[in-house]
Amino acid sequence: MSSLDGAPPSPAEAPGGGRRFRAASPPREATSWATTAVLVALLLIVTSWVTLNGVRSALAELKIGSVYTNILLAIVGVGVCILALPALRSLKAARGGRAALAAGDVIAARVASAASRDLAWYTFGFAGALATLLIVVQFLIANDLAVGRTFFLLPLIASSFWLVLEAFWTNVYIFCVAEVLVLIWGLVVAVARLAPGVAGKPIRVIATLYADVFRGLPAIINIYLIGFGVPLTGLPILSDFSQETFCIMALTLTYGAYVAEVYRAGIESIHWSQTAAARSLGLSYMQTLRYVIVPQAVRRIIPPLLNDFIGLQKDTALVNVIGTIDAFNQAKIIASNHFNLSAVTTVAILFVIITIPQARLVDRLVERDQRRMRAGGS
Amino acid sequence: MALIEIRDIHKRFGDHPVFKGLSLSVEEHQVVCLIGPSGCGKSTLLRCINGLETIQQGEIRIHGDRMTGPGVDVNALRRDVGIVFQSFNLFPHMTVLENVTLAPLRVLRQNRKEAEAKAMALLTRIGLEHKAKEYPDRLSGGQQQRVAIVRALSMGPMVMLLDEITSALDPELVSEVLSIVRDLAAEGMTMLLATHEMGFAREVASKICFLYDGRVHEEGPPAEIFGNPKEERTRAFLKRIIEAGRL
Repeated sequence: MSSLDGAPPSPAEAPGGGRRFRAASPPREATSWATTAVLVALLLIVTSWVTLNGVRSALAELKIGSVYTNILLAIVGVGVCILALPALRSLKAARGGRAALAAGDVIAARVASAASRDLAWYTFGFAGALATLLIVVQFLIANDLAVGRTFFLLPLIASSFWLVLEAFWTNVYIFCVAEVLVLIWGLVVAVARLAPGVAGKPIRVIATLYADVFRGLPAIINIYLIGFGVPLTGLPILSDFSQETFCIMALTLTYGAYVAEVYRAGIESIHWSQTAAARSLGLSYMQTLRYVIVPQAVRRIIPPLLNDFIGLQKDTALVNVIGTIDAFNQAKIIASNHFNLSAVTTVAILFVIITIPQARLVDRLVERDQRRMRAGGS
Repeated sequence: MALIEIRDIHKRFGDHPVFKGLSLSVEEHQVVCLIGPSGCGKSTLLRCINGLETIQQGEIRIHGDRMTGPGVDVNALRRDVGIVFQSFNLFPHMTVLENVTLAPLRVLRQNRKEAEAKAMALLTRIGLEHKAKEYPDRLSGGQQQRVAIVRALSMGPMVMLLDEITSALDPELVSEVLSIVRDLAAEGMTMLLATHEMGFAREVASKICFLYDGRVHEEGPPAEIFGNPKEERTRAFLKRIIEAGRL
C-alpha cells in the first residue's frame, strides 16, 4: 500500500511500511459541541427562572410564601447558573484547541479539544437531569396548582401525619415479625425440597407442591382467604388470633415459598466438593447442611433475600383488604373524608423512605459479591 | 491380614465401566501409590474406599470388616479413613482452626479446649500455627493443602487416602506438601495415594499399582515397576511420563 500523499517512501525511512498512522491525524473540531453546550445551558437557565417564578406565585397563592421562601428561590435561581460554567469552559477549550492547531501543535490541540468535548457532555448530563426536575415542577404547578393540591396539600399532610405514622407501625410490626418467620419457614421448606433419597421423595413432593401453590397464589387473595376465612371456621385458638396475626400468617406462607426457592438456589450453588469434604470427615447429612452448606449459602443469598423482604414490606399494604387499620387504610379514610389524596402520599413516602436504605444495601452487597468473585475467591 | 482388602470390584458410571474386577490389598504401615493414565479410576477408587461412591459388585474390607453394601455406618467408617482432595476443599467460611476442629467437635464430641489444643499441636507440626485465625483464601495453595491434611489427621485416622494432592499446586509449593506425606510415611501411617509425582512415588511407596482398563494391570515394588516393568501398557505409560520430563 502506498501512503495517501502519492509517492511511496522507501521502507527504510517509513517504519509502517509506508502506511499512514491514522491516530496521528489532527483532532476533530470541538467548537460546534461547545457552542451547543452553551446554548443548552442558557436555555435551561432561562427555563429554570421562569419555573421558579411560577413556584413563587404558587407559594404566594397558597399563603406559605414569605421572604424566606423568596430568598430560597433566589438562591436556587443563582445556583442553576453554575450550569453555564462547564459550557463556557468547553467553549474556551475549543478555542484553545483551534489556536494550537493553527500553531501546528497537534498534540496540544488534541488535548484541548478532548477537554472541550468532555466539558460539553458534562453540561448535557447536568442539563438532562435539570430538565427532568423542571418537568416535574411544572407538572406540580400546572393548571393553577391542581396537581400539587391533589397530591401534596401540605396542611392536610401536616395535620394527618401523626395519625398515618401511627398506623404505619402496624405495617412495621407485620413485616418485622413476618420476616423473622419467613427466614425460618423458608429454610425448613428448602431443606424439605432437598430431602435426599427414596425416603425423602414424599417430603420433596409435598414441599414442591407447597412452593408451587403459594408462589402462584396472589398475596392479596391469600390474605383475604386467611383473614376472613380462618375466623369463620370457628376453630379453637386459631380463629381467635388478631387480624395482624392473620396477615403475618398469610404473608409468611406466601413469602416463605419465594424465600425457600432462594435458599434452595443458594444451597445448590455450593459446590459438591464441599459436601464431599464434610462427609469424608464423618459429618452426617444434617451436620453437613448445618455447619458447612447453609452458612455458605446464606452469605450468597443475602442480596436476593433482601429483595424479597422489600417486596414483603410493600405487600403489608395489602392487609387493608381485610380491614386492618394499617397506614394505607388510615390514609384512605382520611382521603375520603377530605376528598384529597395527600395523606396517601404520606404513606407512599413512608414506604419509599424505609425501602431506599435497604435497596442501597442490596446494591452494595451485590457489588461486594461481584468483587469477591472477580478476585477468584469462593 | 491386610488393612484394606479390595476384592473384585465392579463399578460403572452409566454405560462407562470404571472397574472391571479390580482387586488390591494394602497392608498396615504400607504406602501404596496408584498410577495410571487420567480417567483410569485412581480418584474413584479412593472415593469408593471412603464411601463417597458406591460400587456395584465385589467388596471392600477394612480390618476384615466389609465396608460396602447395605447396613454400613459410613459416618463411622469415615472417622477412621481420612481423605485429602486435589482441590483442598477447605471450608471457606471458617478459619483454619475452625476447619481443623469442626469434625473433632461435632463428630467425636471432644470438648472445645481439647480439640483446639490438638489442632494447634498439629498446625505447629506443619509450621502453620500463626495462620490458625486466618481464613483459607488468605493462604497459598500449598498452605491450604497442608491444612487439609491436618484437618483429615485431626480425626486420628488409621488410613489416609491422598487424591492427587499436589496436582493443583504451583511447582514450587509441591515440596512443602510432599514433606508432610514423607513424615507421615516415616511414622508408619498407612496410606493410599493417587499421584502423578512419579519421583515421589518411587521414593516413599512400598508398592506401586498401575491401573489400566478397570483393573490393577501391574503391581510391585517401585524399583521393579519403574526399573523393569513387565507389561507392555505399563512401559508405554512410563515412556510418556519420561518424555514429559516427569520421571
